[in-house]
Amino acid sequence: MKNMRLRISWGIGLIFIALVLWFIISESLPILFYPNLPYFSFFKFSFWVLALGCVLSIYRVCKGPTASDRIVAVDILGILIIGFCACLSIPTGRTWYLNVSIAWVVQSFVSTLALAKYLENKDFDE
Amino acid sequence: MIIKIGFGFITVGLIFDLLGCLGLVRLPDVYNRLQAATKCVTLGTCSIMFGTFLVLGFNTAGMRALLCMLLLILTSPVSAHVLARASHKSGVKLWGSSVCDKYAEDKKAQSEDK
Repeated sequence: MKNMRLRISWGIGLIFIALVLWFIISESLPILFYPNLPYFSFFKFSFWVLALGCVLSIYRVCKGPTASDRIVAVDILGILIIGFCACLSIPTGRTWYLNVSIAWVVQSFVSTLALAKYLENKDFDE
Repeated sequence: MIIKIGFGFITVGLIFDLLGCLGLVRLPDVYNRLQAATKCVTLGTCSIMFGTFLVLGFNTAGMRALLCMLLLILTSPVSAHVLARASHKSGVKLWGSSVCDKYAEDKKAQSEDK
């Protein structure tokens, strides 16, 4: 009975994640449906490759047996998103995506350090 | 011509990213996963940044891409080292077929000295 309830909750969560991903792809990235941009086919290829990498690392976040597995996967996901911002800045010509990627590098570094400190069971003001 | 070289760099970076994420899923241990994923994904993203610099050229945007590559090279190995050390200290076991564990030997020798 308990196992069944757990399975139902995981299924609902997966459906929710799929809906959110589809909303992100179809609504907030309308660049995928403007084929007149320069280098559009190459951008589409890079988008799907990086999306596959993100799905693999999210699988490791969901399944990882220990906490450090999940921290490693979140770190890798951040670095993938940095690469995606750089790829996105070429066909659109909006170079503020590179500002986003620089800020994301620093934020990912600091958050990884804080999580590692939490993993070692130390206090934060040490 | 130089734009084509930049797209070649970006393609190599994408292949490295995909192989790193495959290693993140397939390998058996935290330390193996950390090694594969961090090396491959850092090199791949740095290659993407360098390709972006070659495509955009010598202006503020290209210099920003180069700066981002430099920051990534500086910060990513440091965070990987910190994560490996923290997971070893928090007691994550190695894989069963692992051969050598120098850090545990060092800690044992230090505790014997004290």
